[in-house]
Amino acid sequence: MNLVLSIITDGVSFGMILFMISVGLSVTMGLMRVVNLAHGGFAMLGGAFTHWAMVRAGLPFLPAAALSLVVVVLLSLPMERVLYRPIYKMGELPQVLATIGITFLMIASVAYWQGSTLLPIKLPAAMQGSVDLGFRTLPTHRIYVMVAGMLVILGLFWLTERTRFGIRLRAAVDHPGTAACLGIDTSRIFAVTFALGAALAALGGILGAELLPIDAYYPLRYMVLFLTVVAVGGLGSITGSFVAALALGILDTAARYLFPDFGTIFFYGAMFVILGLRPQGLMGRV
Amino acid sequence: MRRALPFAVMLVVAVAAYYAFPYNLAFLTRIVFTMILVLSLDLLLGVTGIDTLGQAALYGSGAYAAGLFAIHVWNDPLAGLAVGALAGATVAFVSGLFLLRAHGLTLLMLTIAVAEVLKELANKLDWITGGTDGLGGIQMGPVLGLWDFDFIGQTGYIYAVSVLFVVAAVLSVVTGSPFGLSLRGIKDSPARMRAIGTPVGRRKLAAYVLAGAVAGIAGALAAQSTALVSLSVYDFQLSAEAVLMLVLGGTGRLWGALIGTAVFMTVHEVAASVNPFNWLFVIGFLVLGVVYAAPRGLIGLPEELRQILRRLK
Repeated sequence: MNLVLSIITDGVSFGMILFMISVGLSVTMGLMRVVNLAHGGFAMLGGAFTHWAMVRAGLPFLPAAALSLVVVVLLSLPMERVLYRPIYKMGELPQVLATIGITFLMIASVAYWQGSTLLPIKLPAAMQGSVDLGFRTLPTHRIYVMVAGMLVILGLFWLTERTRFGIRLRAAVDHPGTAACLGIDTSRIFAVTFALGAALAALGGILGAELLPIDAYYPLRYMVLFLTVVAVGGLGSITGSFVAALALGILDTAARYLFPDFGTIFFYGAMFVILGLRPQGLMGRV
Repeated sequence: MRRALPFAVMLVVAVAAYYAFPYNLAFLTRIVFTMILVLSLDLLLGVTGIDTLGQAALYGSGAYAAGLFAIHVWNDPLAGLAVGALAGATVAFVSGLFLLRAHGLTLLMLTIAVAEVLKELANKLDWITGGTDGLGGIQMGPVLGLWDFDFIGQTGYIYAVSVLFVVAAVLSVVTGSPFGLSLRGIKDSPARMRAIGTPVGRRKLAAYVLAGAVAGIAGALAAQSTALVSLSVYDFQLSAEAVLMLVLGGTGRLWGALIGTAVFMTVHEVAASVNPFNWLFVIGFLVLGVVYAAPRGLIGLPEELRQILRRLK
């Protein structure tokens, strides 16, 4: 019983982290049809800036994290304009190539700036320790992660279902050409969505640093993990990413608890089966 | 005559490299077997239009098969190559049956998954593969029963270059044959090829199996010349770098694969010896430069320059 609870709490919080990092990737890939292998880089940049702000500038956790999100957004906007816009119309192969190139540059920059060692983020006292729920204790950090994940998905639902921007975004995902004909400024929508996705990735990177430790090689190491969530969830689907992230998070955690010797074989096996049966992903439309 | 010219150039370069860098033969040999791997990738990405980020699955299986064959059965190099080719082709056939119906991101992810699952299996079956320690103790017999592998790697280099010649010749014939043309047709438009009666699914599988055999040969050659097979033969990074080398050189024309591999690995070696992080900067800019400025790769550069000159006139 205790084991099941541990699996569920650890799995759900891992899944929430995966969701926060991957959802931006899923939406931008659904929107621009761009295979963006560099997305994990924004999570790493968020984590690296937070580490720098806390250790070098001596800021407390929350201002440091907030500052990092702002910095990542400010970085992602010109990147979208200069580096990504030319590759939207190219084939998959040049996109893979260009975004791997961008990933390499991100890794090299962070390694040049911060060194290639682990960049730990010290959590504030309020997020350390554990909470007694009566029947068992939970690490406080996990609760924060789960709450943050729930807030993110509720916020995204509100944004896509209830706001004017959301209507335009959904129209642009469905058919960019028609959306543009109706007077929707799709390239602006692309840019805003890209920056939002980058900010969410940075948030996931900062909050998830306990589970996916930040260092310069982070984007390369976890690239496949984030892409798996997107592919399994289905391109462009927020709900799909959420379901896929939670399911894969719980599956991976359960496999680690129950069959520690088998490593990632269940994770990739599950992905193989799901994509073999449903090539468009769980909630993909095409 | 036109077909023979690139082979002559290749021969001259290979001989020149042999005499120019007599103490770097191990590195040159590494370039040569990586070239074979990238050639196999070109058959998929460049010719048939099958996107993959999991070429390591085929390469690694060839490497393990050849290594195990040499240790337990027979240490003849050529027999080892055949076993490696067979292993790569088998993995390609079995996985291709599932993979090739998918395309786009799904296909990329499935090919990655195959390599990762095989890596985990090789790790798990450590009583056969040596697990994380790697498969050591590979001692090859003489090539054709005549030439022993020596310490400096002269035999290894000449042997690897000969294999590269044979593979490149076979692939050059195959891609020029009606079969190869139908593969190029599938790349451009599968629907039209189906409409004129080409069995698209079977042709793609055949191309995948052939690429598997070639990648298996590359893996076997790697196992034989380094005398070691480690889990890293199944690394995602290997598959990704193979794609980089191919697109850097130029896809679909085989010679691009060779040029891309040589440039990438030389730049890597030189930049990394100056500073381990340097090469990421260098390669990153190189790759972006190719994508934005020379979309057809290094092999397309002369053509691009000619067009610019013509416009200037």
